[in-house]
Amino acid sequence: MTLTTEPFAIELAFWILSVCTVISAIAVVQIQDLFRSALFLIVTLLGVAGLFILLGAEFLAGVQLMVYVGAISVLIIFAILMTRDLEEGNPSHSFRVPVAIVAIIFILFAYYVITQDTDWNGRLISENLDAEQQKVAATVFFKESIPYLAKMLLTDFVLAFEMVSVLLLAAALGALALVRDR
Amino acid sequence: MTLERFLILGAILFGIGLYGVLSKKHAIAVLMSLEIMFNGVNVTAVALSRYTVPYTVPDTFVDASRFLLTGHVFTVFIITVAAAEVALGLAIIIAIYRTRQSVLITDAKELSR
Repeated sequence: MTLTTEPFAIELAFWILSVCTVISAIAVVQIQDLFRSALFLIVTLLGVAGLFILLGAEFLAGVQLMVYVGAISVLIIFAILMTRDLEEGNPSHSFRVPVAIVAIIFILFAYYVITQDTDWNGRLISENLDAEQQKVAATVFFKESIPYLAKMLLTDFVLAFEMVSVLLLAAALGALALVRDR
Repeated sequence: MTLERFLILGAILFGIGLYGVLSKKHAIAVLMSLEIMFNGVNVTAVALSRYTVPYTVPDTFVDASRFLLTGHVFTVFIITVAAAEVALGLAIIIAIYRTRQSVLITDAKELSR
């Protein structure tokens, strides 16, 4: 695999994954049964994990599978089942049409900025690095991204890394304290 | 057209999540839409990290990791913060459900009076 050319199989995989992801994301916000929309959320998260693999981020795809598909979706499904005796479905506010218009305007604006308003050629890896540098970049992305990622987390971003771990600990303790039986 | 389509996909996911967050009444549905927004941002960050370089490329290129994997690092942090946020959010939802027998965010409005 190289940095510039994309084989046909990757194109095909991208389209299948992105269509599945977007359709199931729409299903999450549109289906009335909350349990089913949680199941469609799992499909969305799996699709994003596949997109991470296409982008050469296998470690992040594994993290996505373990944290999102493994832990967060199970938490959400448990919460839905514990509060299910209310049988309220998945109702929307009365101002959902203006909100939908705002979301569509946001997507169109982002499309305009991405395709028309930004000159990506000046910043692309394939055009700004020479052959030697591109070889190094291909190694970093496709062969050994995990050692580089670990080195980066523990050197340049070590303060943020430690703060995130403290935040996770505080969140776990806070969640326990909130739902504790008194 | 390879970078742009990932960015557009991230924007579409973010827009769908934005609609869900602002229009749903059920608190767990709001949390799920928030997860979709996080995932749109993650796709954007990883795609930018994969296809673009920052403005100052070091000459030696020994420290390739210093700028090639920045998006991956930020995605790791976003996933961690999302996990913490979902744990806390669901704990708050369960606590509200216990005391008020409701999970609709429109019912928890003591502070608005």
